Amino acid sequence: MSDELDTRQDAEPIKDPGLPEHLYRPQDVDESQARRTERQIAWMFRIAALLLLGFCFGYFLIDKDETFLGWSAQNFTFGMTLGGALLLMGVGIIQWAKKLMGDHEMVEMRHPSASSAEDRAAVLQDINDGVKESGFGRRPMIRNSLLGAMGALGLPAIVLLRDLGPLPHGQRDTVWKKGMRLVNDVTGTPIKPSDMQVGQLVNGEPAIVYEVDADGERVLHGTELLQAKSKAAIIVVRMRPEDITPSKGRENWGIDGILCYSKICTHVGCPISLWEQQTHHLLCPCHQSTFDLADNGKVVFGPAHRPLPQLPLGLDDEGYLIAMSDFPEIVAPSYPELARDQKKLDNKA
Amino acid sequence: MSTTEQEYTPIQDTGFGKKAAGPVEWLDDRLGLAGVAKKNLRKVFPEHWSFMLGEIALWSFVVLLLTGVFLTFWYQPSMTEVEYQGSYLPFNGLEMSSAYKSTLDISFDIRGGLLIRQIHHWAAALFVAAMMVHMLRVMFTGAYRKPREINWLIGLTLLLLGLVEGFAGYSLPDDLLSGTGLRFVDGLIRSIPLVGSYAEFFIFGGEFPGDEIIPRLYMAHILLIPALLLGLIGAHMLLLVFHKHTQWPGPGRTEKNVVGYPMLPVYAAKAGGFFFVVFGFLAVMGALLQINPIWAYGPYNPSEVTAGSQPDWYMGFVEGAVRVMPNWESTIFGSTVSWNVFIPGMILPGIFLTVGMLWPFLEQWITGDKREHHLLERPRNAPFRTAFIVAGMTAYAVLWIGGGNDIIATKFGLSLNAITRFVQVGFFVAPVIAFMVTKRICIGLQRADANRILHGYETGVIERTPDGGFSERHAPLPAGSQYTLTAHDRLPALEAPAETDGNGVAAPHGRVAKVQSWLRARYYDGALDKPTVEDVHHAEEHLSGHDGHPVELGDEFQGVSETGIPRVH
Repeated sequence: MSDELDTRQDAEPIKDPGLPEHLYRPQDVDESQARRTERQIAWMFRIAALLLLGFCFGYFLIDKDETFLGWSAQNFTFGMTLGGALLLMGVGIIQWAKKLMGDHEMVEMRHPSASSAEDRAAVLQDINDGVKESGFGRRPMIRNSLLGAMGALGLPAIVLLRDLGPLPHGQRDTVWKKGMRLVNDVTGTPIKPSDMQVGQLVNGEPAIVYEVDADGERVLHGTELLQAKSKAAIIVVRMRPEDITPSKGRENWGIDGILCYSKICTHVGCPISLWEQQTHHLLCPCHQSTFDLADNGKVVFGPAHRPLPQLPLGLDDEGYLIAMSDFPEIVAPSYPELARDQKKLDNKA
Repeated sequence: MSTTEQEYTPIQDTGFGKKAAGPVEWLDDRLGLAGVAKKNLRKVFPEHWSFMLGEIALWSFVVLLLTGVFLTFWYQPSMTEVEYQGSYLPFNGLEMSSAYKSTLDISFDIRGGLLIRQIHHWAAALFVAAMMVHMLRVMFTGAYRKPREINWLIGLTLLLLGLVEGFAGYSLPDDLLSGTGLRFVDGLIRSIPLVGSYAEFFIFGGEFPGDEIIPRLYMAHILLIPALLLGLIGAHMLLLVFHKHTQWPGPGRTEKNVVGYPMLPVYAAKAGGFFFVVFGFLAVMGALLQINPIWAYGPYNPSEVTAGSQPDWYMGFVEGAVRVMPNWESTIFGSTVSWNVFIPGMILPGIFLTVGMLWPFLEQWITGDKREHHLLERPRNAPFRTAFIVAGMTAYAVLWIGGGNDIIATKFGLSLNAITRFVQVGFFVAPVIAFMVTKRICIGLQRADANRILHGYETGVIERTPDGGFSERHAPLPAGSQYTLTAHDRLPALEAPAETDGNGVAAPHGRVAKVQSWLRARYYDGALDKPTVEDVHHAEEHLSGHDGHPVELGDEFQGVSETGIPRVH
């Protein structure tokens, strides 16, 4: 049927034999088969309706604490009745389409996507007329001033977004201060060197995280607390002093082999806590950057570039571990102003 | 049959015609849609299982809209800290954000809430998966070719929006896992050269985590991106209707027509019924398969993380790239650039997307083929394209392995460092190997096709010659199959571009033309052309007059009976 349409056919090695003959389905030729199919499909729909009723009964009758084979009985019932009903309806409708609806294939001719040449010419003509009548090309002053105003319209749109957030600030500081105690991050209790055995790692926070004011209210809460934690979280480890190779100027940053590092990965900020006691390596669970805590937090593997910042430690009058300053290096992931900020930190020290 | 008789009764005389005339007239008086409806109600859609993949994406999107609306009734997009009091006893008295608390309430206190949440999450995973597989189908079969390039671009935009939409939704419960994901995004945004810190502070409303990001992501997740998705899906479907669906070549199916079932009733019923199937399937998944058990992770705490943290599957390739990237960071004019985050997190996905978007135009430029194409191409008949896609898929898969390097290391007892090195090398080497292997396989399959046309198929009938030799009888394929196998474009003649014009002056764009012709030679390199008319002629004679013994197995040959006698009807 398409021979006259497809002119390239002549060069084809095999001629198009045309659409194959229509094959009749059992339902087309045998009315009893058609009835049988109809009954089958109707039963699918009936069962679906029953399942949906079951859903409603389940909603009111099943207690939320009941379980069924380890699943929540509610969730199981809701999902299976709803899902079963939907599947039956879907399969029923598709069966209906496949087995009972007319199944003669139809042929539709395609048309090129392009409009006719006249239409295109007419459109171009219209555009040209429109542009001409507007004087868009003939009066550049009015055109350019409008374009200028349009461009200026973008300014308020950008300026309005200015208050989305404050300008970057405070990225180089954390809440750590000279004299602040290190506390256990779960109990909030301060840490004594004698509490720690060689090889042990303690997740810690600055004491201010657990501090309460005169009314018993926390000093930091909500967002401020999360922001403080996201930079000031620490890990405290104890190693044999002879294993540690402190770099110049860091010799007195530890107390009897106890060192303190930022817990926040310098890669993209995951809290690091996978501690390999034997190798003194600390592994980030997010992207597997590995830091050598015996060697000043140096990066030994993975995508992180900067070593883990170390917190200089001291002891207060009661013998608890305290910070001797804020982190001398910038914690958390890198940012464009990092090098500049680090210089400022160095000058301060 | 009764139905055929009805078709020939004038519509106004049938019972239906009399009843429908009134309402149709009323509507058409006001909307005048009969003209459009006339063309489209019985529009023909061709059938093939692979045309269903896009439908899965469409219907999972509808399921996402339905379940998403349900979830908004209770979800509170707020990072205000509240104390939990509810059905999940282990958390009683714990401080958490309203967002997390309301998600717990949906999971434990709203009947059916957990089911809808799980359906929503499964549907999201399926939505992206279906879009991706649909995209691969379109790519492998060349369905993106003219005139469908714009629809291809719309499709890729949909995929990109789907990824962002999925990530935004993933972050909303504000549990430990999604918070860790946000922390990564924070690091990613910071890594943008020059403006990273500003972008971070403006997006998060201050320093990470701030208290704005969840409400903002919520707005993007339920309004901005779904609106864009809806609009683009509408455009995608309109263009599909306008272009008419592509079809596989076959007897009677040409570039000029489309053969299939009419929209009303068969296609509408099948597609509509399939919505229920997709929804039902997702509902059963929501009932039986747990997904994102946020109560197991706990509220977000920036100083905690669980080992084995993984994003949703569609972010796996970015995750892998971020994990295996060398730790490069440099300071340029006092400004720190974190290549270790920026390249894998932003540039690499950008490259994937850009190559995908440019591919139809690039291919068109290489092949010089500016014709419209409505017949799909079998992947084997475009060996370069197929190999190119498989190479891309291989790179993606290698990165995926990288994204799970910790899980793979612990499950298979392998060295994590070794897997990372493998991925670093494999990302560059594996696609090249995959390209070469795929191309060879395609060409092998083309040869097999040519063989079936020129030498027929193996009948299983063994003949013994008088001198004792054995041979198997071949018989020609049915004409329809032969036609289907050859219904694709002949390879173009490759000619070197003229380096100088008639007067010996260097041709304009000489270098560009040279690159183009070199690429064209690569594109068609090794591909097998289909048999010519003479080849087939020769083969017919060969098959029918083998050694003077005519083989009487023609179109009617139906195989071989148990006794070895050809079954001829």
